[in-house]
Amino acid sequence: MPTRSSILFPLLAALVVLLFTLDLMMGSVSLSFSEVWTALMGEGDRATLVIVRHIRLIKALVAILVGASLSVSGLQMQTLFRNPLAGPYVLGITSGASLGVALFILGAPLLGIAATSITTFGIAGAAWIGSAFILMVIATVGARIKDIMVVLILGMMFSSGVGAVVQVLQYLSHEEALKTFVVWTMGALGDVTDRQLAIFVPAVVVGLIVGVLVIKPLNLLLLGEQYARTMGINLSRSRLLIFLSTTLLAGTVTAFCGPIGFVGLAVPHLARALFASADQRILMPGSILIGAVMMLVCDMLAKEFLLPINAVTSLMGIPIVVWIVLKNKNMMA
Amino acid sequence: MIRLEKLSVGHGDRTLIDAADLTLEGGRLVALIGRNGTGKSSLLRVIGGIDRPLGGGVSFDGKDIHAMSPLERARTIAFVTTQRVRIANLRCRDVVGMGRTPYTDWIGRMTESDREIVADALRLVDMTAYADRALDTLSDGECQRIMTARALAQQTPVILLDEPTSFLDIPARHATCRLLQRLAHEERKLVLFSTHELDLALELADDILLIDSTRLVLDATDSSSLRERIFQCFELG
Repeated sequence: MPTRSSILFPLLAALVVLLFTLDLMMGSVSLSFSEVWTALMGEGDRATLVIVRHIRLIKALVAILVGASLSVSGLQMQTLFRNPLAGPYVLGITSGASLGVALFILGAPLLGIAATSITTFGIAGAAWIGSAFILMVIATVGARIKDIMVVLILGMMFSSGVGAVVQVLQYLSHEEALKTFVVWTMGALGDVTDRQLAIFVPAVVVGLIVGVLVIKPLNLLLLGEQYARTMGINLSRSRLLIFLSTTLLAGTVTAFCGPIGFVGLAVPHLARALFASADQRILMPGSILIGAVMMLVCDMLAKEFLLPINAVTSLMGIPIVVWIVLKNKNMMA
Repeated sequence: MIRLEKLSVGHGDRTLIDAADLTLEGGRLVALIGRNGTGKSSLLRVIGGIDRPLGGGVSFDGKDIHAMSPLERARTIAFVTTQRVRIANLRCRDVVGMGRTPYTDWIGRMTESDREIVADALRLVDMTAYADRALDTLSDGECQRIMTARALAQQTPVILLDEPTSFLDIPARHATCRLLQRLAHEERKLVLFSTHELDLALELADDILLIDSTRLVLDATDSSSLRERIFQCFELG
């Protein structure tokens, strides 16, 4: 008898390929499948070649990476904190990134540094440093704190505190810098260049590899930290690896694409509902595929209606979360 | 087997158990009793290696439990906590399978013999028919049995249970204690459980471990001096 996952995995993989192709065809200039194919092979007219290979291909790849990263990170956080409302951002990764970007975009002009030096690469770097800084704080504090709920509360308080600092910076800033910052908070998949992809891809891959290594401890953490310890996992090392994986995944995505909401929260729930499993060995690849599907769909919607990606993912993600919460009232992470 | 040496348990500057010295033997069902707040759970957590003692130590066959690696400890002591775990989509078979964690590979793959051990554990607690049910569809008593089966699958010489009979009705309490008694006697394990049911403890346990103010007393259940001390401690006539 074929199991649920033996049907769902090939089906979802096929869906990713289909949506990926559609995503390459869609945009301000509609292209046929054969035009896309010719361009991918490096032939056909120059303009189409540039559109497909240098713009849409990268953007579609970024969409898949973003979906996969945020979903895996959300799954890790929901399992670690045993909280269905946890997401990639509970540890304050977005706020850390926001702070980095705010200091860079808003702070630099205040210090008299010319606005022209503000590049997307600089923004990504500032966001990454911000996230990594938060990781170090959380890891240092988390190693001393026994109760994981305290870590969760600290993460949330830290986010709010940083949010206040960012507001102060916004209040003090000039219009132009403010606009650059606000645009960053709306998220964008298309700002990643092929040179940046050379950092983006390895960071995400390392994050996913660490994610695979923490599958066994995460499965035990379903029963809570106390049980996990009595079954032989090294709790502080596992926690640190989970934080590291989540920061590499969500931090990198946020650095290059801005904050993208609700994907990390909704996709793990979708994976649990679809696969009817609590096993991370199924949920992790499942979340990667569903996350890729969701981001490709969101990217196409964003292109079609010319909306910022963060708005689209929220509008898509919120109903999914509401539906799932109503469907299983006794839902647990 | 399990040896407590000058063991002190407590939190901060509050000592709950002071310098206890005693040895718990395998193949026996031992009931840990004491008034509320005397440190039953704290003691179990220290013996289980989850928390550190204030002073002294706990050893198993001469090896310090707190110096063991998490893996070695997990192969020595299994723990069933008071925490009630209800997770959707998590099947009983997989929960019991988690008990095999200290023996499986990096991603938790189970071998044929692991699966047999899981099936045996389910059979021992009479839950074979529930193997494919999800954890969140079980009653409290059934859940308790699954968590106990998980501890059995861990194949440890020592099993600690924190209040395994709370939340259960009278027949289920009896069934749980009889199961623990069978495990201790047939599987030659040391089974130490904390409880508030004095009657059950006095009826079924081989030995009683009593926390009387900060002193720890171990004696055979049928010892009359122990019974007297229990009555005094619990202010029973």
